[in-house]
Amino acid sequence: MLRPASLSRPSDGFRLLYMGRDEEEIYQEHVLDHYEDPYHRGHLAQPTHAHEDDNPLCGDVVRIELDVTPEGMIREAWFDGDGCCISQAAASMLVEKIEGKPVDEVRQFSAQQMLDLFGAKLTPNRQKCCLLSWRVLQSAVFSPVGSESSQSLPGGTP
Amino acid sequence: MKTVTTSTLDVEALRRDFPILRSVLHGDRPLVYLDNAATTQRPRQVIDAISDVYEHKYANVHRGIHWLSDQSTDLYEIAREKVRHFIGAAQREEIIFTHGTTESINLVARSLGDAGIRAGDEILLTEMEHHSNIVPWQQLAARSGAIIRWLPITYDGLLRLDQLPTLLCERTRIVSVTAVSNVLGTINPLGEIIAAARSVGANVLIDAAQSVPHQPLDVQSLGADFVAFSGHKMLGPTGVGVLYGRRELLETMPPFLGGGSMIRRVTKDGFEPADLPAKFEAGTPPIVPAIGLGAAIDYLDKIGLSAIHQHEQQLAEYAHQLLAEMPGLRFLGPPPKQKAGIVSFVIDGIHAHDVAQLLDRSGIAVRAGHHCTMPLHKRLGINASTRASFYFYNTLAEVDALAQGLRAAREVFRRNKSDRAAT
Repeated sequence: MLRPASLSRPSDGFRLLYMGRDEEEIYQEHVLDHYEDPYHRGHLAQPTHAHEDDNPLCGDVVRIELDVTPEGMIREAWFDGDGCCISQAAASMLVEKIEGKPVDEVRQFSAQQMLDLFGAKLTPNRQKCCLLSWRVLQSAVFSPVGSESSQSLPGGTP
Repeated sequence: MKTVTTSTLDVEALRRDFPILRSVLHGDRPLVYLDNAATTQRPRQVIDAISDVYEHKYANVHRGIHWLSDQSTDLYEIAREKVRHFIGAAQREEIIFTHGTTESINLVARSLGDAGIRAGDEILLTEMEHHSNIVPWQQLAARSGAIIRWLPITYDGLLRLDQLPTLLCERTRIVSVTAVSNVLGTINPLGEIIAAARSVGANVLIDAAQSVPHQPLDVQSLGADFVAFSGHKMLGPTGVGVLYGRRELLETMPPFLGGGSMIRRVTKDGFEPADLPAKFEAGTPPIVPAIGLGAAIDYLDKIGLSAIHQHEQQLAEYAHQLLAEMPGLRFLGPPPKQKAGIVSFVIDGIHAHDVAQLLDRSGIAVRAGHHCTMPLHKRLGINASTRASFYFYNTLAEVDALAQGLRAAREVFRRNKSDRAAT
């Protein structure tokens, strides 16, 4: 009585369901690669610029540290954080993307370009996860170390 | 491997009353709705009752001298009577219709605060409260200079009652506590808390949003001063809630919102408040939502809250059995015997939002995040959790689907890892 036949389905159906959606698939290889094997996750010994922020609604945290040359070139970019696959993978993609770029160009980098960089289609709710690191970066480029007022990561690393 | 006894409810028959439960998502996934602590679904009987008012009996209440207004007023007051009976209140004057639990708590915080909370007075809350039972008190504290104290919880989500004697004192004016945690599912020992609060002369408010829809509650034997709950968490419409208050207290409290209906007389110099319950129902009330809530109560009465509670505990127990087998999964809150039909958890290496997103692919609706309990999550040392919450229309098969969905969610991450290792 409690178990309608329509609800018992074979578990191997999930593979197709999960991995077969291409551009609609959030958890595609390229996203999971960045999540599970991120680019430059950690800290710079002496960052010139840094900023950290969170999405209070979900608790995702991202910190970005930059080493900017006197000529205004981003020599190195690192991130650290705690949160969902999308927020952390997006941060990894972003720091990889901006290394070697002039700060002026990074300031022009738009939210839409960030969503395009991420690739997978996101609902408005998950776009916030993706855009967290973009938002942090846009503040970081204006935040020379020493003037930084943000706090350290609550709860440590995951 | 099921070792849970099935309940006496004819769940399949009840499910047929809920049109939305026949939904199929993403092509071929039957909806598995496990987000009932956020809001429940409505049976045909409630939807029909709402349509019936709008089609045949709708006008403003307590105003028009015409037939339709009389119809509407009768139905609205019958709904109040149904609520009164449902929670065992002595008088209709003690049932205030609000727009939800949040407004009910704000009403008390504002009105009782205005009536004389002073700097140095104390308000006792618990670490497991919903933001709606925290922020109104913080606002009151900011206005009055009152101090908020926190009753701590144990790591497995039980209130530290042993701390009550040190936290309660003659300055404690209000104790506001949830009957059932919306995250941990913990069923709190209200009797002991109310007795302790009484002994220092404090007023007690019970946030019963997660309790009244799921298990029997009798306000007179409970002995609380205020009980707040929402219609939409018990098959009713959104936009209607209830505040039960002891009549002697409500009589002495100043009105909350000012406007029409809540006055006896207005002059250029001031106003005289109306009698209860109108005194606290300013403006046009949520007429049809209240009538819909009345229909929801009829429906719940027919099933019986004891049977509902029993069924939900079975679902929670079964969920614990299945999910305990999952590596890296940690439950929040006490074992199923001590809680309601709410099962929250975290999984190592998978953020709650990813869990919910992946479950959605299987047609399973759960809540992920902090569930409006940021202090509780901070206390537990986590940012977010995943919550499955049951109602009487959920089935053991749906718990199976949840477990299967979680296994599949793990696969997404694991598969990728092994793929990369292989390449």
